[in-house]
Amino acid sequence: MRLLIFLARRLGYSIFVLLGLSILVFLIARVMPGDPARMAMGPRAPEWVVERFRTEMHLDKPLYVQYYYWLRDALQGKFGLSIYTRRDVSQDIGEFFPATMELALFAGIIMGVFGIVLGVVSARYANSWIDNSVRVITYMGVVTPAYVFAILFLLLFGYVLNLLPTTGRLSPGVPAPPTRTGLVTLDSLLAGNFTAFFDALKHLIMPGIALALGGLSQEARITRASITENLQRDFIALERSQAIPERVIMSKYLLKLSLIPTVSILGLDFASLLGNAFLVEMIFNWPGMSRYGIHAMLTKDLNAIVAVIMIFGVIFITVNIIVDLVVSWLDPRIRLGAERAK
Amino acid sequence: MAEALLEIRELHIGFEVYGGTLKVLNGVDLMVREGEKVGLVGETGCGKTTTAKSTLRILPMPPARISRGEILFRGADILKMGPKEIRRVQGQGISMIFQDPTAALNPVFTIGEQLMDAIRYSNSQEALGRREIRARAIQALKDVALPDPERILECYPIQLSGGMRQRVCIAMAIATEAELLIADEPTTSLDVTIQAQVLRLLGNLVQEKEASTILITHSLGIVREWTDRVYVMYAGGMVEAAKTREIFARPLHPYTQLLMRAVPKLTGEGIAEGIPGRIPDYLNPPPGCRFHPRCPYAMPICAQERPPFFPRGEDHQVACFLYKG
Ligand SMILES: Nc1ncnc2c1ncn2[C@@H]1O[C@H](COP(=O)(O)OP(=O)(O)O)[C@@H](O)[C@H]1O
Ligand code: SF4
Ligand SMILES: [Mg+2]
Repeated sequence: MRLLIFLARRLGYSIFVLLGLSILVFLIARVMPGDPARMAMGPRAPEWVVERFRTEMHLDKPLYVQYYYWLRDALQGKFGLSIYTRRDVSQDIGEFFPATMELALFAGIIMGVFGIVLGVVSARYANSWIDNSVRVITYMGVVTPAYVFAILFLLLFGYVLNLLPTTGRLSPGVPAPPTRTGLVTLDSLLAGNFTAFFDALKHLIMPGIALALGGLSQEARITRASITENLQRDFIALERSQAIPERVIMSKYLLKLSLIPTVSILGLDFASLLGNAFLVEMIFNWPGMSRYGIHAMLTKDLNAIVAVIMIFGVIFITVNIIVDLVVSWLDPRIRLGAERAK
Repeated sequence: MAEALLEIRELHIGFEVYGGTLKVLNGVDLMVREGEKVGLVGETGCGKTTTAKSTLRILPMPPARISRGEILFRGADILKMGPKEIRRVQGQGISMIFQDPTAALNPVFTIGEQLMDAIRYSNSQEALGRREIRARAIQALKDVALPDPERILECYPIQLSGGMRQRVCIAMAIATEAELLIADEPTTSLDVTIQAQVLRLLGNLVQEKEASTILITHSLGIVREWTDRVYVMYAGGMVEAAKTREIFARPLHPYTQLLMRAVPKLTGEGIAEGIPGRIPDYLNPPPGCRFHPRCPYAMPICAQERPPFFPRGEDHQVACFLYKG
């Protein structure tokens, strides 16, 4: 019940956030220099063709009317035509989005799991050589941009050692599994096709890890810091004084509390991971949203720009709702505080 | 005379901090006999909590480092015990009530979870069933006069008042029926209006259980009312130990004398600020008697040697060169 109220309220807020975002992007896309009708029709098209296109796309109407038309269609899931691919934007996104999502999910899982594990190990062996190496490595992870890792991996594991494939989602000879979720790894598993699964996984490793490393390092550092800080607190002393075994204190009492800051920042890290995905996708020739998005920007493909950004907005909001749910499950102070404030 | 239950000898503890070592405990001696109620008084920062935590081996290490000394519980050195033995001491030997119940309770677990784990793991001999543990937890909450114990088991610390939190901590400490109870300023962090209530409750429980007790407090009034014997602590060492009546009638150490004089006569409460000078800096503590920079009777030897306990009459000891020989 409490959960439903929380979700309903968050969804309510989210609608306003998305509306605001759509207005903002809508305006920005339209005030950018360049005439979209002219760009769509090409420099040699006669003026009357350009005019007709302008009228068809409502580009001659005032901005608020254009927005009204856009919103009316968007609510029905229609984001208009792309002037670059000449197809429905929703269709384009349906094609490119799963690739990006697969990469981001893979990287996100690596980031969360290994970030926390490294942080716990580092705190467990605080000030040993293990801890010192983790701290040095994660420091480098935090300050190095994802595309630098991507290029290094590409050169080292792709070309020099020739261990991993360097482009795309599947090797040329491997037939793609039938599309159900759009995530190639999942689809191959669903089809029972393990050859395709391992091939797809191999393609994910380099771009996925390159994308994950920044957030992973951040998570590891935060986890370590919060564990070592909480270890000094009085309740740990009290729990120890009650003969509670060290393993219970560590894995139950200390961990739950110490994960709160880590999980809180996961949402932000996932957002910046999506941002970094643009460059990493370019480097590994990954058939995701980045190429589509960048092309849309360059050709002033209005409907595509707005749709791409709205998609990222929805993902960002969803991830943050999930993060908030987990945090309030971990931390009764937030849960009960929110209840009291009502 | 009853046997010694706990005996701390020459305990030295430092804290490694940025910039050096805080040499806090400087040869602490303390003894508690079977069934005895011992008071421990001293200004804030003199090392009372550090002493108390060391007996349970729960100081955070790092930064704490025990460089010398022994802590004997029934003759066995706590500092040398293996994991099994130390857990037996923690489980049923010694239990402690902390100064600040808000800091002592884990904020993200229910009272029930914490109290029941305390009961479960303290009883290392017999494995208790879930129902038995729950029954004992509810009984413990009733013993500390908390209303509606079933509901309190489901509460998180944030849902209780400060006084209720401290009652929960008291419940944890008595539920395990330890032989020695250490109460570390159990009411200092509470609202003045409920301090008396909680103290009365604790007092009754202590009388009832007849366990040995160390009561750490600022309040000389409570010490006078509750305890059999008193230790006075200054800057990481015991300066005087005597029967309670004796020390109030005949305080010997210059610091104890100042302490007694600083107490407002009528209320008998609290250690006032009436003593000139400040507690020394633990990074560079004064050599010899740590009280010498503030002592009105300081002699040349006081800056060179640390005064050991000199016996003065039955059960009365003073760490001061004025009483040498
Ligand atoms: N975890 C710690 N880290 C660093 N210094 C500490 C720590 N705990 C205690 N100390 C130092 O030890 C001194 C004595 O503290 P404490 O035993 O809490 O005194 P009391 O309980 O008598 O007020 C304090 O001055 C403080 O500087
Ligand atoms: S030993 Fe010396 S300085 Fe210390 S209390 Fe006694 S007289 Fe004062
Ligand atoms: Mg204290």
